[in-house]
Amino acid sequence: MESIETAEASLDLTQGVHPWRERLVRSAAFLCAAITVLTTGGIIAVLLVNAAEFFAEWSVWDFLTGTKWSPAIQPVEYGVLPLVWGTMVITLGSALIALPLGVAAAVYLSEYARPKVRAVVKPYLEILAGVPTVVYGYFALVYVTPALKTVFPTISTFNTLSASIVVGIMIIPFVASISEDAIRAVPKSLRMAGYGLGASKFSVVIRVVIPAAFSGIIASFILALSRAIGETMAVTIAAGQTPRLASIFNLEETFLRPAETMTAAMVNIGMSDVTGDSLAYRSLFAIGLVLFFMTFAMNILGSWVTSRFREKYE
Amino acid sequence: MAVSQDTPAPAAGFTQSRVGHGKDWLLLVVCLLSTCIGGVALFTLLAYVLVDAAGWLDWQFLTSTTSRFPEKAGIFPALVGSIYMAALLIPPAMVLGIGAAVYLTEYARANKLTKFININIANLAGVPSVVWGLLGLGLFIQLFGMRYGTLLVGSLTMTLLILPVIIIASQEAIKAVPDSLRQAAFGMGATRWQTISRVVLPRALPGILTGTVLSLARALGETAPLIMIGVPTAVFATPGGVRDKFTSMTMQLFSWSDYPQPEFQYGVLAAGVVTLLVVLLSLNALAIYLRHRFQNRHG
Repeated sequence: MESIETAEASLDLTQGVHPWRERLVRSAAFLCAAITVLTTGGIIAVLLVNAAEFFAEWSVWDFLTGTKWSPAIQPVEYGVLPLVWGTMVITLGSALIALPLGVAAAVYLSEYARPKVRAVVKPYLEILAGVPTVVYGYFALVYVTPALKTVFPTISTFNTLSASIVVGIMIIPFVASISEDAIRAVPKSLRMAGYGLGASKFSVVIRVVIPAAFSGIIASFILALSRAIGETMAVTIAAGQTPRLASIFNLEETFLRPAETMTAAMVNIGMSDVTGDSLAYRSLFAIGLVLFFMTFAMNILGSWVTSRFREKYE
Repeated sequence: MAVSQDTPAPAAGFTQSRVGHGKDWLLLVVCLLSTCIGGVALFTLLAYVLVDAAGWLDWQFLTSTTSRFPEKAGIFPALVGSIYMAALLIPPAMVLGIGAAVYLTEYARANKLTKFININIANLAGVPSVVWGLLGLGLFIQLFGMRYGTLLVGSLTMTLLILPVIIIASQEAIKAVPDSLRQAAFGMGATRWQTISRVVLPRALPGILTGTVLSLARALGETAPLIMIGVPTAVFATPGGVRDKFTSMTMQLFSWSDYPQPEFQYGVLAAGVVTLLVVLLSLNALAIYLRHRFQNRHG
């Protein structure tokens, strides 16, 4: 920031040259930045206005506690719980895959990999997040589910297990990259102190490095799971569009059968020919509102924790 | 091995040291496997797709419209639609993205407003893509009265979606320009805008372009926002203007995934996936090339 102050001092010398043009450029640049704030305002306004119209016709309580989702077939029901259940099952399933793999990859990258290996492995991990989600959905439906069928013969064509697997693969880079930042931010002196006490690499990593980076690792979990919650195409194609509720302890009913996530329900309504003037259309925004605030809260929490660990050690 | 290099010999008497080496080795193996497994899974799936696409991905596929008959189905209107959408969104996304990044890095003071804008941009980057589709639906179609599923609505929605990513990449590129260059320009009597336009931006351009190309790849891979703004799945003509309806490669893949025939699942769809991935890989290769040039020029 000092450099900008210095720059400002020298700018004063030339202020007479094109003061109007300088001010114009500054204002135009400010407008560009302001658009991002307007965008957030726009998202919230669009969701709130349309959701409010929905809730004028369908009570908030029935929406939040209803156990049946049937937006198009009479008698219509708009209970969001089956959709939240579908989202939670796939988020949980993908977490079981991505969290351990992501943290272990972060440990490898920061504690073991030499700089040259790291320079190759990091972009290669990013590829996992770069493949379009519609392609992941196709993989799950056409390759993963048939492969799972050899292990679980009773698995349905659409199932939450295959969706969890591909979403898990997709979010590994989010966990790995933020966890790695957190692990690298742990000062070398802590590791050295561990080795100095005669600890093995295993003890240093498990008892010193990971506990020291714990808040950052948690932040990576929160941010990655927020991605999983908002994931749309892979879960729509792989898990199907059957809104359902089941006991999460009944693993077969939970993971080998179809489900509908909040995002898949939105796709379902979006693909059907509901018009702009129906309750089903407005229910899109009600789900959107729930989805937006869930991911928004998680993103805020995640970046807050991340900024905390950055301050702590840097 | 990396283990023996980095690890000082465990001192005798420390409780952990008796089994230390075995566990060290185990930790390395577990971490290495975890790092590889996602990529191995992805590349296995890619290998399957490539094998399945062989025989289907041909000139006929690239130049035909979609069809109920697998041997006649092609991706042409979707490929052209995706390219048109990308071409339309580059200018507004780059102008707004660079403008916002210039403001935040060169003009804005380190105050609460700037901090708020930066946090807001980071949060926008994490908004689920399907919600961006609702923004497009509510803003451009409901409020501005534009038609469902047109090229204009599609590229405007996608511009907003990738804007946060472009701003973050451009900010990083601009911050990487050494301050000494700015000081030299100011010292020679240049105004702030002269310094930005003739010193900072030319130097930051390769980094900005890299970020733009990568975000373009993201826009081409998105499906959910397009569904929300009513982009149709079966389009038989390429759009003649921005007010025409269009479809994208991703929408085409999504609609094919509903066809139960094995010729679609293991043939036409595989060919479509390979086409989409080739386009995205080319964009990534372009980004790597730009970054490489940048590194060579400035060390």
